[in-house]
Amino acid sequence: MTIGVHAPILAIAVPLLGAFALPVFAKVHRSLRDLWAIAVGAFTCAMVITVAVQTFTSGIQVYTLGAAAPTDTIASGGFPIRIMLVVDGMSAFMGLISALVGLASLVYAFHFLKEEQGKTLAMTLFFLLWAGMLGMEYTGDMFNFFVFLEVTSIAACSLVGYRTWESRPAEAAFKTMALYTVGGLLVLLAIGILYGEYGALNIAYLSSKITGSQLDKIALGLLLGGLLMKVGAVPAHMWAPDAYGEAPAQAAIMLVANTQASLYGLWRVLFTLFGGALSAPAVGWLVTSLGVLTLLVAVLMAVVQTDLGRLIAYGAVSQIGYMLLGVGVGLTVLPSRPDWGLVAMKGGIFHMVNDAATIGLLFLAAGVVKRAVGTRDLRALGGLGHDLKWTSGFFFLGALALAGIPPLNGFASKFLIYESSFRLSPILTAIAVLGSILLLAVFARAFQGAFLGPRLREAKPASPSMLVAMGVLAAVILAMGLVPGFFVEHMVTPAAEALWRGRDLYLAAVLGG
Amino acid sequence: MSVVVRTIARIIVPMILAFGAYVIMHGHLTPGGGFQGGAVIASAIALLLVVFGSGRLAGHKNLLSLLEDLGAIAFVALAFLGIGCTFFRNVLAGSGGLFGMPVPPGPNPGFLNTGGTLPLMNWAVGLKVAAGLGSVVLLLGLFGGGDDR
Repeated sequence: MTIGVHAPILAIAVPLLGAFALPVFAKVHRSLRDLWAIAVGAFTCAMVITVAVQTFTSGIQVYTLGAAAPTDTIASGGFPIRIMLVVDGMSAFMGLISALVGLASLVYAFHFLKEEQGKTLAMTLFFLLWAGMLGMEYTGDMFNFFVFLEVTSIAACSLVGYRTWESRPAEAAFKTMALYTVGGLLVLLAIGILYGEYGALNIAYLSSKITGSQLDKIALGLLLGGLLMKVGAVPAHMWAPDAYGEAPAQAAIMLVANTQASLYGLWRVLFTLFGGALSAPAVGWLVTSLGVLTLLVAVLMAVVQTDLGRLIAYGAVSQIGYMLLGVGVGLTVLPSRPDWGLVAMKGGIFHMVNDAATIGLLFLAAGVVKRAVGTRDLRALGGLGHDLKWTSGFFFLGALALAGIPPLNGFASKFLIYESSFRLSPILTAIAVLGSILLLAVFARAFQGAFLGPRLREAKPASPSMLVAMGVLAAVILAMGLVPGFFVEHMVTPAAEALWRGRDLYLAAVLGG
Repeated sequence: MSVVVRTIARIIVPMILAFGAYVIMHGHLTPGGGFQGGAVIASAIALLLVVFGSGRLAGHKNLLSLLEDLGAIAFVALAFLGIGCTFFRNVLAGSGGLFGMPVPPGPNPGFLNTGGTLPLMNWAVGLKVAAGLGSVVLLLGLFGGGDDR
């Protein structure tokens, strides 16, 4: 019983402790460090799964830090003042995505990272990033959200740029850091405005007070701007290809999951924090049009890339567009058309986990290519399929899933998005379908260029732990593609409903009554 | 640096350390706390670096990074102390033991032996910040070029 009650905080505190203790264990012996990393990773995943099962079966989980009991949300004075974790369906769903990606990244890193190239450092930063992501997803407090946002920013930028012996990672990390900092400051300013207005930081309490005044609108604009910067939506997408492209593969997939944690923050702000005050569809249209713009620009940029890493990075940015499109359509029709608005939300949210698995698989395969032949330049690659049989299979699977080919998971979520956005405006669907077709073309070219053709040179095959990590993601892609109904019913629908109509439940869980 | 500077530094550094320790120790009573006190202590390290050069301090780099880790671990471990109730629960406050004196109501000059886990967390943060900022300064000195004296 006790560990189940404490599971939300343990999922954040244990990777944090893992990050701090890892360098100490590494000083003792490497095998002790590896053992510790495995233990912390396994325990964190177990806690995240516990939280998800509890949330999906028995409703919202609340955990108040420092109180006499975890459910003591209201301090003396009738005011929620303590730091608090509030896990509803959406938070639990995001936690599962982070756990899946984190597990794949950790397993992959064991054979991918080299000892003499900062393996201990990279693993420490990995755990820090993981703790920050889970914190962003579980927290019920605006300032705490900002703190975890900054934890992920710092850890992510360090992971992009820690390889100081190369020049390009440092430049990518600097660019990323600059945009993350500006985004973080915008979020902080918005939180300051809300705090000045209502004297509180708790999301549920703020949400019950927000009236939609002029200041609230400014705060909403700042939050939207800051979080969209962290997400990499089009006007502020220029850091994403650099960061994704230059980061080592195991870090790149964590960056993808981190982007989604920021996207989750955006949903939380739009649907829960401002859910009561926001009734105009203008914000929904803004999110929708940014989504369409993002996917179109990113796909067009992907067409001209010659570096495999940057090509996949633009693919990753384009997928953010699909998520913004799906949830944006849902937000636009929230008051008026509940029947298919929820379908759009399900599509956008289901696409988050699909994107984590498919883009993750592609990045990991690209990492194998880089390790095998030392370059990712498509003009110099060719015929790798002779040596990297499993990797080319995984890349092919990921590319098909990303383009939304029917028996795979990308089709399941994209179809929900097409179906619902068509009813809002057929132009949106037309652009989205065009984006998918272009993506298929881009990745068919990449696959053909890198893996097919005559053998140009000897390639070093992938190590077992790397194959296992890719296998896990491939299994998730196949499972979600073959039985999408199961996942939609048990995970995606509770998550979508938590945002769609779950605001009252969220407020009641914290404020009581 | 010249003998005057070295002599003054030898006198001043213990004072800075004592002041830093004071700021950390009274963190739960007066303005300041772990972060501020740690920064004060790190300024002593910066002074040593300027006066004696980074070469003399380079050997302590691993010690500093180990201390930084231990400070962070101590902070999380103190938060775990309360896991019987909730994470971060202040179990020592009012218990009568270390830092556990119940605070009498009304105005008072401030009692050091109160605050429960708060003073301990201040020490953990102080250790982390002093060692962290100290190693940042030291690394800047080490990478700064060959003109160390």
